Amino acid sequence: MTNTEPNNTQQAESSANRSLPIVENFTRRAVVKGGFATLGAAAFVAAVSPLRQAAKSTTAVEFMQQHYTELSPEQKADVIARLEAETKEKYGADVTIADDRPIPGTKFVYAINLSVCNGNGKCVEACHKENNHDRSTNQSYIRVIEMPKGTMDMEKGSTTYSGIVPKDDKFYLPVQCQQCDEPPCVEVCPVKATWKEEDGIVVVDYNWCIGCRYCEAACPYHARRFNWKQPEVPSEELNPDQSYLSNRVRPVGVVEKCTYCLHRTRRGKLPACLEACPTGARVFGNILDKNSNIRWILENKRVYILKEELGTKPAFFYYFD
Amino acid sequence: MPRIASLFFAVLLCLFASMALAVLWQSVNSADAHASRVAEAHMSQASANWKEAHPVIIRKPSGPPRIELAGTDPQGRTASVACSTCHSVRQANLENKAAATLDEFHQGMTFNHGNITCYACHNPNESDALRLADGSSVAYENVMTLCSQCHSKQADSFAHGAHGGMNGHWDLSRGPQMKNNCIDCHDPHVPKYPKMIVGFKPKDRFNEPSNSEHQQEGTAAHDKH
Ligand code: SF4
Ligand code: SF4
Repeated sequence: MTNTEPNNTQQAESSANRSLPIVENFTRRAVVKGGFATLGAAAFVAAVSPLRQAAKSTTAVEFMQQHYTELSPEQKADVIARLEAETKEKYGADVTIADDRPIPGTKFVYAINLSVCNGNGKCVEACHKENNHDRSTNQSYIRVIEMPKGTMDMEKGSTTYSGIVPKDDKFYLPVQCQQCDEPPCVEVCPVKATWKEEDGIVVVDYNWCIGCRYCEAACPYHARRFNWKQPEVPSEELNPDQSYLSNRVRPVGVVEKCTYCLHRTRRGKLPACLEACPTGARVFGNILDKNSNIRWILENKRVYILKEELGTKPAFFYYFD
Repeated sequence: MPRIASLFFAVLLCLFASMALAVLWQSVNSADAHASRVAEAHMSQASANWKEAHPVIIRKPSGPPRIELAGTDPQGRTASVACSTCHSVRQANLENKAAATLDEFHQGMTFNHGNITCYACHNPNESDALRLADGSSVAYENVMTLCSQCHSKQADSFAHGAHGGMNGHWDLSRGPQMKNNCIDCHDPHVPKYPKMIVGFKPKDRFNEPSNSEHQQEGTAAHDKH
């Protein structure tokens, strides 16, 4: 537990020169109060209407729950049992929610071969199913961007393409959370509901998130998603293999993101999007292992990162053959 | 006065002695630390070898090829015969490159794999096997050996997980990894990866066409403010 705690001194230092209403203590109620004072009641209520909706379905126990990193093993077990029961009640499915922790000595890195990715979007669909995303919006943590040749500026591409791929004058750029080593999303969270773990994965405690969406705005890769409504997933389609910090069914009004499928990868398995990729464009591994595939790619291929100039230091690389 | 001087001298001596001791102690310690680091490295290497308990399994293609017969038998069943049924008794045309110059059986086939002849890869002396560039025979199941002769760059990438699809485990200490072979994805006669049709699309705001009414309205409204 000690090593998962966010670095308090660093946070305090960096918050000193921020103009946003940053609250350093760990109480959500204080943040909400602060918000009211700053914004004016009516505007604030309108802005957080999904939050109000969420509040209605929040039980007292849930509201009193501690931050993930402050839960004792017994408290964690209680929380997980409660969440499993809730899923059973709301979705009619028996699920197991594990608490997968980082494997010591691992730092996960992803790479995509843009010479072979053809934009078919199977990864997008695999993520949708694996992570119990809302069926009515087809939500997924991955966007594949159709790019004009000759630029790596993701803002120049479009996600609206369809039909037969690949198109001759285009290349395809799948974008998901880059698990930045300097994550701006973590910096801006006023309640520390999102943080970076030792294996590099940036996670969200969905029960601590207040849904302010600062992180969504801060992410230069548009990697975060907001739950406008309770996800709809038919019980027989619900992936029962879940983890607290990843694919368990998320409540309405919170932000979520790609977790490199930590409920799989922290058990040694490959991420779902990689397994689904029919072209073999995706490579995943532990960069601390000298013999890993990912190390070989970084040493032998022309490797790019997105929006390098922002200094976010992604743990996600793109390469060409 | 001399007493004070000798006292002073004694203090100085003690100081020197303790400094020397400290230096000695540190160097011994660091030697120790170095030795233990080396030992650790050895151990971690050994344990790394021990850790890779599970294999990387490359799926093997099926054996010698068969061809579907046109037509069906009176019961409506289709049938296939091994290519070698005919080819083992026929004279091989070593120059042939295209379907047009072959018997009716092959008319529907397309070949688009560089400018190579059939017998660049198929074995004229053993129709249930392939052949390498040096003429030696290689089984259909080991077709990757054949492909790798020309496509060594891809083979190198494949060996390092940077070419070809896979599933299973990234961590071989916890489970095996399964990989495709060349002809799982590339038809050896037409090896270019086929075009695909996009199926699944999320409905999020980034999927709105960038010149849509909605966005233009949004910008106009912004301008007014
Ligand atoms: S890609 Fe976005 S969500 Fe992911 S760590 Fe970086 S800033 Fe955060
Ligand atoms: S929306 Fe993002 S920034 Fe706001 S509380 Fe949740 S994780 Fe933190």
